[in-house]
Amino acid sequence: MTAVTEAPGPPGVGGVRALLDGASGPILPAAREVLLAALDAGWADPRRLYAEGRQARRLLDDAREAVASGLGVRPPEVSFLPGGPVALSAAVEGIRYASRRRGMRTVAAAVEHSAVLVPARAVAAAADDATLLDEVPVDAVGRVRLDSWKQALAVPGTVVAALQSANGEVGTRQPVDAAWEACGAAGIPLVVDAQAGLGRDPVPEAYDVVVGDARSWGGPPGVGVLAVPERTRWRRPGAGSEAEFGRTDAEPVVPLVLAAAEAWLATATERPDESRGARELVDVVRSAASEVPDTVVVGDPVDRLPHVVTFSCLFVDGEALVHELDRRGFAVASGSACTASTLEPSHVLAAMGVLTHGNVRVTLPLAGSLPGRGAERADGVHAFCAALGDAVAAVRSQLGTDRL
Amino acid sequence: MSSADLEVDARGLRCPIPVIRLGAAMKDLPTGSLVRLLATDPAARSDVAAFCRLRGHELVETVDEPEHTAYLVRRGG
Repeated sequence: MTAVTEAPGPPGVGGVRALLDGASGPILPAAREVLLAALDAGWADPRRLYAEGRQARRLLDDAREAVASGLGVRPPEVSFLPGGPVALSAAVEGIRYASRRRGMRTVAAAVEHSAVLVPARAVAAAADDATLLDEVPVDAVGRVRLDSWKQALAVPGTVVAALQSANGEVGTRQPVDAAWEACGAAGIPLVVDAQAGLGRDPVPEAYDVVVGDARSWGGPPGVGVLAVPERTRWRRPGAGSEAEFGRTDAEPVVPLVLAAAEAWLATATERPDESRGARELVDVVRSAASEVPDTVVVGDPVDRLPHVVTFSCLFVDGEALVHELDRRGFAVASGSACTASTLEPSHVLAAMGVLTHGNVRVTLPLAGSLPGRGAERADGVHAFCAALGDAVAAVRSQLGTDRL
Repeated sequence: MSSADLEVDARGLRCPIPVIRLGAAMKDLPTGSLVRLLATDPAARSDVAAFCRLRGHELVETVDEPEHTAYLVRRGG
């Protein structure tokens, strides 16, 4: 087995190491401490009747109450599932199943998470009816077209709709309030996927089911949140289960849930400052990237997540650029096809009709998750902006495209 | 299908090579020239259009053939 070390990764050529892919962490120090302590104090099965089990149950109840309160729902309306994508699939499936006598058609923006699109495509394929999934088009910044959304909802047999509060790849916020209003008028429940926004943007209020992932607010991986208000008709298909109010058959990992709740509480007071700081830094990246020749910065420049920015460089291989930046000390993600196992470009970039190759995605980690906090994050961003032009030029030179 | 001054065959090549081949082919052509790119890469669909927007070329037509897609591009000024 490979040894686990604390080294964050190789420093770059200038001694820099900047984490600019904070989509899955790192975990906040306070949450890490709780996780370690909970491995001792909360290891027991919360269904057991003896003292250790009762203690795990108490801790789990407290964590549920903290997350429920943060989301503005009641504790029994909150279930913890093994990760945001799992919770998201369950959210949509439960509404579809509860309404199965009226139909099985799903409406979702074309930029939704694959945890919505892939199962809905499978439903359509199994019924040999491609109309059972309506992937609603988006505009060039990735925002769903509301007129198309309303038309899609009006098609008979539609029973569930899904929309992100904001897209985690390009940052663009969706018009969730208007989309929910249209859903209400059509009598169709809306699942809001807040996996990218919770902890960064205000908590959504317009939804019938809301889904999150603890990673977005500095919690550990492996904790998805599924909140189903009592008014929403939702039913899990398959055999009954007692786990998490019957919304999953996987019992939650109590220490992970405790760490997730701790991360939520630890960041709650800092959230406005955190978002303001991230927003300013993303503006710096947007500006620096737009200075690089033949580079397009995509997504809405203003009505967006505070911490996400994506851009694409013409005549550049995304994989080569990620490696070149890594060599220089910068950890970034990419939506280019050559960086994906599928060899398909990001369906989000494709739906927006923007350049998919040479793509770089920067997701700022929470300042509090870095040892040097806000200063470390800002330094990393400024170093990245200073190095970006050279890195792109180096890749173009390797590809022989620098004079095209 | 409209006729082209030059055809670039990038079938079987993956992103960003088809767009690079297209850009290389267009570099020294006079304004108004028509170039047809043949590609199988799914990324070419958004990338050819984005390339044209960036460089001021015109994507005249996109034709889906059974085994590939043909993009006809007119060189901008």
